[in-house]
Amino acid sequence: MYSEKVMDHFMHPRNAGEIENADGVGEVGNAQCGDIMKVYLAIEDDIIVDVKFKTFGCAAAIATSSMATELIKGKTIDEALQVTNKAVAEALDGLPAIKMHCSLLAEQAIKAAIEDYLNKKDGQ
Amino acid sequence: MSDRLIYLDHGATTPVRAEVLEAMLPYFSEKYGNASSIYSIAKESKVAIDKARDKVATSIGAKPKEIYFTSGGTEADNWAIKGVAHQNRDKGRHIITTSIEHHAVLYTCQYLEKEGFNITYLPVDEKGIVSPRQVESAIRDDTVLISVMFANNEIGTIQPIEEIGKIAKEYGVLFHTDAVQAVGNLHIDVEELGVDLLSMSAHKFYGPKGVGALYVRDGIKLGSYLHGGAQERGKRASTENVPGIVGMGTAIEIATSNIDSYNKKLLELREMTIDGVLAKIPHVRLNGDRERRLPGNVNFSFEFIEGESLLLMLDMVGICASSGSACASGSLDPSHVLLAIGLPHELAHGSLRFSFGKDNTKKDAEYLLEVLPDMVERLRQLSPLYTNK
Ligand SMILES: Cc1ncc(COP(=O)(O)O)c(C=O)c1O
Ligand SMILES: [Zn+2]
Repeated sequence: MYSEKVMDHFMHPRNAGEIENADGVGEVGNAQCGDIMKVYLAIEDDIIVDVKFKTFGCAAAIATSSMATELIKGKTIDEALQVTNKAVAEALDGLPAIKMHCSLLAEQAIKAAIEDYLNKKDGQ
Repeated sequence: MSDRLIYLDHGATTPVRAEVLEAMLPYFSEKYGNASSIYSIAKESKVAIDKARDKVATSIGAKPKEIYFTSGGTEADNWAIKGVAHQNRDKGRHIITTSIEHHAVLYTCQYLEKEGFNITYLPVDEKGIVSPRQVESAIRDDTVLISVMFANNEIGTIQPIEEIGKIAKEYGVLFHTDAVQAVGNLHIDVEELGVDLLSMSAHKFYGPKGVGALYVRDGIKLGSYLHGGAQERGKRASTENVPGIVGMGTAIEIATSNIDSYNKKLLELREMTIDGVLAKIPHVRLNGDRERRLPGNVNFSFEFIEGESLLLMLDMVGICASSGSACASGSLDPSHVLLAIGLPHELAHGSLRFSFGKDNTKKDAEYLLEVLPDMVERLRQLSPLYTNK
């Protein structure tokens, strides 16, 4: 059902964990639908220098979380905002059609974390 | 992937027993006659079907003429419920069922609602058991059918069928039970139980897929849905699936003659697994009743994690199981059974079912108990819901 890349990222997730005093934190999803993702960003000069995630969800949700964090690491926040769930799925050599909705989580969580960062910055 | 294969999903389906396959094979090749024809190879097919019908009838305490072969459990459920509903629509349009039925029953009832029938979906308690008193108080003047499953496919809970049978008889309401998970696992006698219609499916007791049967008590009239030839005494047209029917007959005969030793073996594996999980893994919940459950059924919710990811990790080491999570089923909602027993969504998403069968050994259960705790812990470490590390 899943590509080798999905299985690799599921079994060996990159960037799993938390960042203390993160510059931006985003949490999306809910237990009702069975998927929750939390993203932590460390940002310097609008560049994402570190990123970590925690995900409650299926293998597709965990693998897309892992891949999405890889794709935005070292990027500017503008570049990170361009990362779509489609791009993440493509980087994973595709996802089964019924799993595409699980991959939305990563895109949304990253956007939420960046928004949190921008809000905090504005508040300073 | 692993070379090892530990199949713990007998609730989904079972392998065809060697003796069953052997009994079936001639009916694909040299004994291919159409049972409706008059020459001798046709007669062989007819005799084989009759023999199988006798075996199915004997195994549930019925008469052969009360057994109708179908394409499986789903068709038997559809036929029983629609058949009774349509046959009695002038008497009444109310049906009582439960909220934990298999979709073959639930969706048939929903379909009848669209045709103007009223359906009462009885709740169950936190163990997944329906109360006979609630069945009784749901009966109305226009109730034509009670349909309560014998044993639940997900959490294994066994329902009080005999008590409900008594109530149905007292009120003169027909009683159907979906016994797809029970046949071959539990002793069944339709007379003792007061059951009027009973569904079964061969692939749950080491028979082939795509064949099942509906028991219909003598004297009960049912609508027909497959119109055509005169097969199954004119009630269900279509040339009989002779190899399948022969396989079902052989499978049910072996299953019912071995039932006590089979149960004993499964019970041992079940209890060992339940005790082991409870001892080794914190934050788990056993779903269903500890005692009143199918002998091979284990169903746990693992807090803070999602079932599909756990299934996949188990698959990597060769263990086959199933889950009530939405993502595992490809739908958006977790299992209606787990929600009906009152589980919050996250616990329903985190459920796993292990169902043991005849070829499993203690080694299989030991291996499961050896690998499972680490997998659960790894997924918990990834979970934002798991804060008490
Ligand atoms: C309780 C129950 N009813 C009905 C069915 C459907 O049976 P079949 O697959 O033979 O149509 C199943 C099979 O999963 C079942 O477990
Ligand atoms: Zn998912």
